[in-house]
Amino acid sequence: MTTTTAVRAIASRPPRFRAVGRTTIRRSQRRAIWLLLLPFLVLFVFSFVVPLVYAVVESFFTEQRSGLGIGGERVFAGFVNYVNAIQKTDLLEGVGRVLVFGIVQVPLMLLTALALALAVDALKGNYPKFVRLSAFLPYAVPGVIAAILWAFLYLPGTSPFVAALANVGIDVDFLSSDVVLWSIANIVTWTWTGYNMLVIYSALTGIPQELYEAAAIDGAGAWRIAWSIKIPLVAPALVLTTFFSIVGTVQLYAEPTVLKSYSSAITSGYTPNMAVQDVAFGLNNYGVAAAMAVLLALGTFVLSFGFLRVANVITARRAAA
Amino acid sequence: MPKFTSRLFIRGVLLLGVVYFLIPIWWLLTASTKSSSQLFSSPPLWFGEDFALLDNIVAVLTRQDGLFVRWMLNSLIYAGGGAIGATLISAAAGYVFAKYSFPGKGALFGAILASILLPASLLVMPLYLLFSSLGMINTMWAVIIPSLVSPFGVFLARITAQESVPDDLLDAARIDGAGEIRIFSTIALPIMGPALLTVFLFSFVGIWNNFFLPLVTLNDAELWPAMLGLYFWGNQPSELNYHFVITGSLLSIIPLAIAFISLQKYWRVGLTAGAVKI
Repeated sequence: MTTTTAVRAIASRPPRFRAVGRTTIRRSQRRAIWLLLLPFLVLFVFSFVVPLVYAVVESFFTEQRSGLGIGGERVFAGFVNYVNAIQKTDLLEGVGRVLVFGIVQVPLMLLTALALALAVDALKGNYPKFVRLSAFLPYAVPGVIAAILWAFLYLPGTSPFVAALANVGIDVDFLSSDVVLWSIANIVTWTWTGYNMLVIYSALTGIPQELYEAAAIDGAGAWRIAWSIKIPLVAPALVLTTFFSIVGTVQLYAEPTVLKSYSSAITSGYTPNMAVQDVAFGLNNYGVAAAMAVLLALGTFVLSFGFLRVANVITARRAAA
Repeated sequence: MPKFTSRLFIRGVLLLGVVYFLIPIWWLLTASTKSSSQLFSSPPLWFGEDFALLDNIVAVLTRQDGLFVRWMLNSLIYAGGGAIGATLISAAAGYVFAKYSFPGKGALFGAILASILLPASLLVMPLYLLFSSLGMINTMWAVIIPSLVSPFGVFLARITAQESVPDDLLDAARIDGAGEIRIFSTIALPIMGPALLTVFLFSFVGIWNNFFLPLVTLNDAELWPAMLGLYFWGNQPSELNYHFVITGSLLSIIPLAIAFISLQKYWRVGLTAGAVKI
């Protein structure tokens, strides 16, 4: 690979030097690999591998309370923490909530993003540029700020929407228990639609112009080209954005945590991440919290890789057809 | 180009999108010009009778002895320092993945990418305990160290090195007797430069927006980043409190908004990489 030219150069030398030359290159390269990779590896092990291993180990231990109730002994507990995580915490409820959330929000957001990307791609000039910029702006607004901002847009006293809807006789409380999940979905949609739109748009701009010309010669109109050429060719971008949206949905944390101050409908274990944090730092039960986190990680893996598998099968089938 | 009626329809769809994206930001702009009482008495999407933007800014900057200024500085330190470190570290790692072969390379790269899937709550709790035992809880390191690891940065740097650094150039330098590290730092790194700015931007935004980790590892308000501070200001909803939260929110997104608008073309590199590679 990278060494071919160098190896060829060495090979043309007299044989006596060949072996020597090769080993020094190998050795110096091996040293370089280590030196360049080391900073990342050390930090990666510290920030990802050690915490992961720690959480897995911790999930099998429990604190045996001594008679006085202070401190205790760590004992192996088998799957007790896992049973408790499922039976005695808000984990499953939170998982159910983010699943419902994701089934509705992710397709809605990505279809909107796709429609906007196709629309921007269909026009020329400054207007689409302006659209792209304004669509990207929400991504510059951190999740916490986006949630604060929307909280004010939901609060009856400051919301233009509540006031406008009240004028036409509709009373809505965006922060009530029936609606608040969708109010959170709107915040996430607002933040990420533009970002996803730009990912899809980037894929659209990569499509060779000749394909359109050929299709136009065959008599295909703009809508037909969008449906039969553009959408199939941006499928990988759609798969990728869906994948990351699934991961993001499972991880939902900042928005509901901020809205919690404005809505009594949001409990401390509203989403899985919030539930884990609540058990770990609210109840100081690290064993059960670790078991919850491990279950959540496994669920994320199954869900996201399951999706990738299904997507690959569909793409392969379409390619074969 | 589509027909005229189609074009009109498309423009209409885009206009709806723009209104949706900009309304909250427009609301923030108008709301931060209002005094607390005006916030409730004036039309929500227009300016109030008096223009209190400067008063509000002064109020935010001087509240609790200028704590907000401290938070913004902290955010700059965390995001700036973290992103510079993450960029260099990712560049070196990505370059190794692109240009060398070694046993276990594929598995290691897969593990790095898969780490994106680990829930924050799984990592944050052990990190809290880890930092506690090292005596680093409630210090800046507790936020900076995990921020230096950017799996996406390694991914992006690997693609960049693969596409932009020619193997022949490296081999020529080797034949000229340059050491491997020197080749990386004086030849590969400058070529990768523009794309590394993209890595920097994505890391910067990621760290600036980080909330969970500092929430758990920092108790001292003096060390909080702006996100955490504003969260706590907003945590006690009271009508007297609102203009602090609103104007503070506006001030906190200005640096990012400037970075976004002025560095647009560098974002595109990352977005394109996200679109084609998987």
